[in-house]
Amino acid sequence: RASQEAQTVSELRQKVAEIQVLSEQRAAAGSDMTEPALPKEGAFGLGREAMPEEVAAWDVDVLPDGRGLPEGRGDVFTGDEVFAEKCASCHGDFAEGVDNWPVLAGGFDTLGDKDPVKTVGSYWPYLSTVWDYVHRSMPFGEAQTLTADETYAIVAYILYSNDLVDDDFELSHENFAEFEMYNTDGFVIDDRPELEYSKWRTEPCMENCKPSVEITMRATFLDVTPEGGGESVMNDASAEDTPTFVANAPASNTPSDTASGTESVAVLSADIDPKLIASGQKVFRKCQACHDVGAGAKNKSGPQLNGLIGRPMGSVESFNYSKVFKTAHEEGRVWDEAALAEFLAKPKSFMKGTKMAFSGLRKEQDLDAITAYLKSVGD
Amino acid sequence: KEADPLITEVQEWASLTGAGVDETPYGLPISFEKDVVRRNVEWLTASPISSINFTPIHALDGTITPQGCAFERHHSGAIELRKEDYRLMINGLVDRPLVFNYPDLERFPRENHVYFCECAANTGMEWAGAQLNGAQFTHGMIHNMEYTGVPLRTLLKEAGLDAAGDLKNKWVYVEGADASSNGRSIPMEKALDDVLVAFKANGEALRMEHGYPVRLVVPGWEGNMWVKWLRRIEVTDMAVESREETSKYTDVYEDGTARKWTWVMDAKSVITSPSPQMPITHGQGPLVISGLAWSGHGKITRVDVSKDGGITWETARLGKQGDSKALTRFYLDTDWDGNPMLLQSRAMDETGYVQPTKNQLREVRGENAVYHNNCIQTWFVNENGVAENVEVS
Repeated sequence: RASQEAQTVSELRQKVAEIQVLSEQRAAAGSDMTEPALPKEGAFGLGREAMPEEVAAWDVDVLPDGRGLPEGRGDVFTGDEVFAEKCASCHGDFAEGVDNWPVLAGGFDTLGDKDPVKTVGSYWPYLSTVWDYVHRSMPFGEAQTLTADETYAIVAYILYSNDLVDDDFELSHENFAEFEMYNTDGFVIDDRPELEYSKWRTEPCMENCKPSVEITMRATFLDVTPEGGGESVMNDASAEDTPTFVANAPASNTPSDTASGTESVAVLSADIDPKLIASGQKVFRKCQACHDVGAGAKNKSGPQLNGLIGRPMGSVESFNYSKVFKTAHEEGRVWDEAALAEFLAKPKSFMKGTKMAFSGLRKEQDLDAITAYLKSVGD
Repeated sequence: KEADPLITEVQEWASLTGAGVDETPYGLPISFEKDVVRRNVEWLTASPISSINFTPIHALDGTITPQGCAFERHHSGAIELRKEDYRLMINGLVDRPLVFNYPDLERFPRENHVYFCECAANTGMEWAGAQLNGAQFTHGMIHNMEYTGVPLRTLLKEAGLDAAGDLKNKWVYVEGADASSNGRSIPMEKALDDVLVAFKANGEALRMEHGYPVRLVVPGWEGNMWVKWLRRIEVTDMAVESREETSKYTDVYEDGTARKWTWVMDAKSVITSPSPQMPITHGQGPLVISGLAWSGHGKITRVDVSKDGGITWETARLGKQGDSKALTRFYLDTDWDGNPMLLQSRAMDETGYVQPTKNQLREVRGENAVYHNNCIQTWFVNENGVAENVEVS
């Protein structure tokens, strides 16, 4: 055993000596020891080959020359209907934009004005972008639910809203490439190197750079404190001599708060499964673009939903309901759980004429969950 | 004068015990620091789901932005994507289209770099004039983190670029797994340069709001290109001209023409203290003027500070040597005589570029460019040490 140990020791000594020689060589070579991670020219053998159906599922982008467009067609009339159902609650029936949501039509030749109006018609240089974006990312909150034909129809309608085509126009993969957008020549590639860099790469002035300086404008938004007051810890300076902009800070600022991003949930009924409420809160993400809940909830594109279960239909003051809800309100109809479940499963069937642009919750457990959640956010 | 009872009387914390080591497995700032949070401006956007919030740069020091208060910008909200569900596809003009899972990415050689990420719309509200009263709001669409990740070129070479032929006019289209997908086209030269596929920031996994588990890092270029929840990389022969690089992130000039492919963030700086949210409360005497400078073209080499609105300038000292395409901290150790000041900072980078004034920028671009406002910022500080966002002649 002693001789074995002696052998191990001498082997280790030799190894150490070899390593030291290599280290000295590296240090002598003058490298700073922080080499970049050099690839072995694709020799890693990591990852697996993508299957054609996988590529087809994810590679849906459309290039400006039309490559990537699937077969399909849609005309302005169909587009009018699809748009009204799926887009108008945010973009307006005539693509004019509701509240702060984007306006899609109009604004031609305003780009040089004091307040340019940039719309699909007045600004977007390529039609492919419209198709690509609508198909992949719209409606907001329900992306990737439109068929190719629906997308062609919507795009045709957007063009029509911009007076770029007549009402008998049909858009398809066949005539797509012919279409040229109004502002297709309105773009120049970044020319800051020519227009700016050469001018501003000079030794700057250090003294007597100007004869005098005066304040030409003071801050527009000086002191906007949210409702209920927002205390900003600012080294004990008082509110009076501290012009401050304090935006809507989160309801609770303490670091131990574990709110997941939407309003904190007050569980009213002890027998609703808290897990169901939590999963309902997730389902509510499909709704929160248009609906608010919780303390201080405001109407948005849709009415606030505090205390919805048991609430009369169409009853939120100051919300401009569609006719079907106004009628329901007059008839004294109430949101019980059954009505809500039917509505959320198929909104346009249960309340024909509703402005709510949502195709419906397909899963039973989602309906249960969202009901539990809405019950828990009472007023 | 009386002796300070905080010293002469035994205080609670000097006698009682405090929290144990098992109290908080993941610590957050102490409650006294509750001012140091992200904030958002409600009226900026139609919904907070497609919106932005602001880093509290007024209250931070050094250069690294803690993830918890680093700004977020989403186009369809921050999604929850588990590492087990994560897939990254490379397709297009490559020899073999590939799919990676998360463990695959950790098996490639990785690098660490500190880079700033700035939204192109940072300071965008200020084109029309002095608007928002706080450095957090005028300049807070920025953060600076140390990223750990695999160079994009490693992954591209794994898929093989022979099929792409001459790489000179080729592009890489990157998109995310979220609903907005946020697809952007990157010229091949940049893609093969310093672009990183990152999975850690400041030592830990990316936060959900910063693209967990994987995001793209495009050093020195506008934040919108730093695709979060990265799901696909496609080699193409032309720019896709997606919504985010045509209708948005293009700059309209005064004559109505627009600039596209405005990728790089020019040199910029701002004084974070004193500033509207950080008044001088200690009175006359020694004063530290502190701020940040950065450039998408490389290293910041110098920052000058003016106390009189640009008539005279002094050169500040840098906290440490400027890192390329990263935030640099500057300090001017000065003396305050109690008189009003007009504070400005002016950055220079290694190309010799000098940060322009707002007037210089407006002369070239007009007021409607929205993006890439890297002008010199002015804070008016009154005799009480209170600061306000102003414009000067």
